[in-house]
Amino acid sequence: MPSSSMNATSAAVMPGATPVTSASTATEYSDTVVRLFALASVLWGIVGMLVGVLIAAELAWPDISLGIPWLSYGRLRPLHTNAVIFAFGGCALFATSYHVVQRTGQTRLFMPKLAMFTFIGWQLVIVAAAISLPLGFTQGKEYAELEWPIDLLIAVVWVSYAIVFFGTVGTRKIRHIYVANWFFGSFIIAVALLHIVNGAAIPVSLTKSYSAYAGVQDAMVQWWYGHNAVGFFLTAGFLGMMYYYIPKQAGRPVYSYRLSIVHFWALIFTYMWAGPHHLHYTALPDWVQSVGMVFSLILLAPSWGGMINGIMTLSGAWHKLRDDPILKFLIVSLSFYGMSTFEGPMMSIKTVNALSHYTDWTVGHVHSGALGWVGMITIGSLYHLIPRMFGKQQMHSMRAVELHFWIATIGIVLYIAAMWIAGVMQGLMWRAVNPDGTLVYSFVESVKATYPFYVIRLGGGLLYLGGMLIMAWNVVMTVRGVRPVVVRIPAPLAMAHA
Amino acid sequence: MEILYLLIPLSVVLVLLILGVFGWALHAGQFDEIAREGERILQVDSTLLDVDQAPGRPAPEQSQPTQAGPS
Repeated sequence: MPSSSMNATSAAVMPGATPVTSASTATEYSDTVVRLFALASVLWGIVGMLVGVLIAAELAWPDISLGIPWLSYGRLRPLHTNAVIFAFGGCALFATSYHVVQRTGQTRLFMPKLAMFTFIGWQLVIVAAAISLPLGFTQGKEYAELEWPIDLLIAVVWVSYAIVFFGTVGTRKIRHIYVANWFFGSFIIAVALLHIVNGAAIPVSLTKSYSAYAGVQDAMVQWWYGHNAVGFFLTAGFLGMMYYYIPKQAGRPVYSYRLSIVHFWALIFTYMWAGPHHLHYTALPDWVQSVGMVFSLILLAPSWGGMINGIMTLSGAWHKLRDDPILKFLIVSLSFYGMSTFEGPMMSIKTVNALSHYTDWTVGHVHSGALGWVGMITIGSLYHLIPRMFGKQQMHSMRAVELHFWIATIGIVLYIAAMWIAGVMQGLMWRAVNPDGTLVYSFVESVKATYPFYVIRLGGGLLYLGGMLIMAWNVVMTVRGVRPVVVRIPAPLAMAHA
Repeated sequence: MEILYLLIPLSVVLVLLILGVFGWALHAGQFDEIAREGERILQVDSTLLDVDQAPGRPAPEQSQPTQAGPS
């Protein structure tokens, strides 16, 4: 049902009238940048997870860094988080958002050359991070470690991303904006705002800057940023993927489209004030902590609404879950989304947080979200997207996809179960007090007790990395020797009578 | 906690902006007949072109639903 107003605007960009590109390309989707980002995502996933495995081994056996400073845990840990979040996850978000916004709007990308610039710029950011973080250049803010010159490049790339994305939405041929685009759009705007406010810093040299805020003010800004990075980068963006690729892969519309709209607006209205739960029992005023906790608890409702909506998309067709390993990835990712969005609000309750904070429980929680939700929804979406971008019906080996699924799932379960046990144990050991008021355990005793769980966690991480290597082989076999295909944009009026 | 003088107004402005966009979406008819919108992404499948193939004509209409095809 394209509206007359949209047809009026679309008429202006229909073939023949475009001076910038040839008339022929205006009828085809701009998929080159989608292909590049999709392949880059697989590559950076392996790099980021390899670094993760290395630092997991360093926690179990600290000597294996051999005293080399740029292999030390403190420098590689931010490299791991940046690589998996912004390189693996970021490239996947670029690829899928560029794909979804074109397909759902039945239009090509707005300014495809600017889109190509976002690819080159984003890879530059990633390479700069991979060099500067091991060398020890850091702002010291979690998930925002990169120094100010790289931060500036990120800002330029991100603004270009926004221009391309919203330009494409603006030139769409379908009047209705599909719900996935709302999630992608809010993710792009929120990340721009967060990055600019939290990145405000005063440079003293090319490689060193100081935050514009100080003390607890800085901590508040940092976790306003940090939590919303989770909320918008790692949740809203990937929910955009979820709302497109699950229905496409299942061949069924989302369970309740109405609920998906409610999910979106409820989520973005409530997310912004959950950040203070990262600062319970600190110098942050008590009431701010409580506000953060209350908003975190409220977030459970939209999160679970969305999870149930996604999973119930298979209602009446559950057999597809048995036969289709890609759907297994997509649906199990939602189970982990549900688990971590229950665990998160629970951990934000102050009394629970008194036990969990600063322990490995937090690490387990993050990885249930990262490996389970973000990782699996990304992997499933890429398995759907990559063959179609190269003119194939499916991946080279679906058995390898099935194997990847089981290896990854077992890896996650090992990882998060080990961290749950380790975390609760650490929390209980640290708070144990003798009748005379002295501590029962020294800190190093809790470290020693954690050792076996660090080894199990390493095993889980190795399995997950192994799954990614299988994926890389499968992707190479799928795209090898294949010429990228061009997909023609269908005439939007074809749908007017549907 | 002077930082709250920045963060709270920022969040309030953001909420107002979100409300504004929501109002626009509502009045622009984005949520009219949304029951059908979930199915649209399944119904539209586009035509593959070989790189060398000269495009020019609009794609043939394809309205068969749900079959997984490249898109």
